[in-house]
Amino acid sequence: MQAAMMMNRSKMLCRVWLCGAAIWLATAAPASAFLAYVSNEKSNTVSVIDTDSWTVTATIKVGQRPRGIELTRDGKSVLVAVGDDDTIQIIDVASQKVVDSLPSGPDPELFTQDATGKILYVANENDNTVTVIDLEKRVRMGDVQVGVEPEGMAISPDGKILINTSETTNMAHFIDTATREIVANVLVDARPRFAEFKRDGSELWVSSEIGGTVSVIDPAKRVVTDKIEFNIPGLRREAIQPVGIGMTRDAKTAFIALGPANRIAIVDAATHKVIKYLLVGQRVWHMAFTPDEKYLLVTNGVSNDVSVIDVTAQKVIKTIQVGELPWGVAMARP
Amino acid sequence: MIRWLIGAISLCAVTSSALAAEPLTISIGYLGQAGIKATLSLVELPSENDGIAGARLAIEDNNTTGRFLKQQFRLEEVRVKDGDDVAGAVRDLAGRSTFIIADLPPDALLQAADAVRDRGGILFNVGAADDRLREADCRANVIHIAPTRSMLADALAQYLVWKQWKRWLLVVGSHDDDRLEADAYRRAAARFGAKIVQERVFEDTGGARRTDSGVTLIQRQIPVFTQQAPAYDVMIAADESEVFASYLPYRTWDPRPVAGSAGLVPTSWHAAQDQWGAVQIQNRFNKLNSRRMTARDMQAWLATRMIGEAASRTNSGDGNAILTFLKSPDFSIAGFKGQRLTIRDWNLQLRQPILLVDGRMVISVSPQEGFLHQVSELDTLGIDRPESKCRLQ
Repeated sequence: MQAAMMMNRSKMLCRVWLCGAAIWLATAAPASAFLAYVSNEKSNTVSVIDTDSWTVTATIKVGQRPRGIELTRDGKSVLVAVGDDDTIQIIDVASQKVVDSLPSGPDPELFTQDATGKILYVANENDNTVTVIDLEKRVRMGDVQVGVEPEGMAISPDGKILINTSETTNMAHFIDTATREIVANVLVDARPRFAEFKRDGSELWVSSEIGGTVSVIDPAKRVVTDKIEFNIPGLRREAIQPVGIGMTRDAKTAFIALGPANRIAIVDAATHKVIKYLLVGQRVWHMAFTPDEKYLLVTNGVSNDVSVIDVTAQKVIKTIQVGELPWGVAMARP
Repeated sequence: MIRWLIGAISLCAVTSSALAAEPLTISIGYLGQAGIKATLSLVELPSENDGIAGARLAIEDNNTTGRFLKQQFRLEEVRVKDGDDVAGAVRDLAGRSTFIIADLPPDALLQAADAVRDRGGILFNVGAADDRLREADCRANVIHIAPTRSMLADALAQYLVWKQWKRWLLVVGSHDDDRLEADAYRRAAARFGAKIVQERVFEDTGGARRTDSGVTLIQRQIPVFTQQAPAYDVMIAADESEVFASYLPYRTWDPRPVAGSAGLVPTSWHAAQDQWGAVQIQNRFNKLNSRRMTARDMQAWLATRMIGEAASRTNSGDGNAILTFLKSPDFSIAGFKGQRLTIRDWNLQLRQPILLVDGRMVISVSPQEGFLHQVSELDTLGIDRPESKCRLQ
């Protein structure tokens, strides 16, 4: 009896100590430290970057050809599409290990979650479908037939409309998330790669890699209302290939990755005018903000590195070597 | 801004009218030759559906897109034999299809183009590499998807010059097409600063390409044929007729690489091409046709996709509307080659990067870095606007 009480007391003491240690650790860690997860398409790895020290702190082995990468809404896992293994792997943020996989269709590339984090919508490049997956049960709920080579995925801020772009059909498909039917198709320029809503739902931006433009779509009328073009002196038009788009929460500034132009365009999101071009690494594709939006990390595929942009200063402050052909990046709290 | 607004309004009109309209059917004809051209290598022997298999895939792709725009695409195949009445065949086909994908030799192609010109027929050349079809013999109703011999030779030359392999030994076959290919290499050497140190002709004395003890004989012939050459870096073979080029690699008297018709070959497409999303089309093609995709398949895919792309942008199946769009600066097509493909408005040739392949891998893609051009670096390949003799009529 007494022994049991002793045990309890020591357990309690232990808990108090652990709790204290946790508080100490939390306060000791600088407020800006997040973890960026970078998918390396050729290395079959995910590099983990500490945004305080700006160093790679871990390299996680994943399946073949990791591309699309995102943090789950609960912040516990990072999902990474491994196209050549026809699945999406789940990396546990706590242990930084692959713990499970999801039943996507063939060759998954990009995906998006609904607001609750319960449903995952996946673009499957190989069979012209968007697959709907129940994230909790980890089962496939259904498919939506879309255009040729589905790629970009976005969900409207009210959760009602899912956008999928198809690269050879050159459309943004509007899918009703309740009925899973296509309700509208908007033609954009060649090879649409990425879709992003403004936080207030007033605009949908779609990048066209081969067309060299970003289409601004009115999501209510479902028409293209403006097109952003990029003119960089001394650079031929064919080299300007917009892919990734990042927009600040206040919807004032957008960052657009221009692929082999090796630049990020900073665009006034209200006027759709390019403010500035930042030189980054070679073949820049995707990006993610730190949660405090102080920094933007962009992946440079051909130079095998990640550029860090100071969002306020609009300057590149750092370059970090990662694995081969870095593709996507997702941001997590440690 | 105003331009984009107008664009937006017209796009809006396209989507809304498309939704209301009845399905539009667009017929595409495929006019090819019967029979298969023999090759030295058994693995390079073309399939019977070489070319049209690519068009079939593009019809599927167009129809997937067409579902959303109420457009349907159909393909009709016609084959002509040597000596057949090409003009008659194409006139008959043009009665059903304004758009005709033509995989024909140069003279037959010209006959076909002239036969359907008055009725507004538009040809897409996917088979003939002859520069003259884009030069003195150019036609306003023929769009050329196949790259020219000069584009192919320039693509290879840029790489060889970058590699500092500038001394070429040119070996030319004894047929007319081989001589035309050699002309393209001579021109490329002069343009990019290579030197042809010597030329040799490989006479076609006839005989079978496949024999039971061929290798033994070839192993004796080729070293003898290539000995006593002046110092050279690379042997260039001009052998479109498939008589000898594939016998050269590893058998030359001097240990030198071979390029041109064998060894390092310039081509518009190859089954090993996997960059820029190409794995997707390779997979789709393989699934549909149970074989690998060739350059001719890709050329036919592109032609069919260009018609589909123009139909979706103009919301029309009308020949004039589609031809006008294809010729306009608004047209471009994605062809899994890392950049947009557009049309040279002075001779209707599709601009395109050229792959350099060794039969198993893509070794490089031209234009090479550093070969600059004031309009498009793709125009460093082939005959450029200022040199062109084409007057489109």
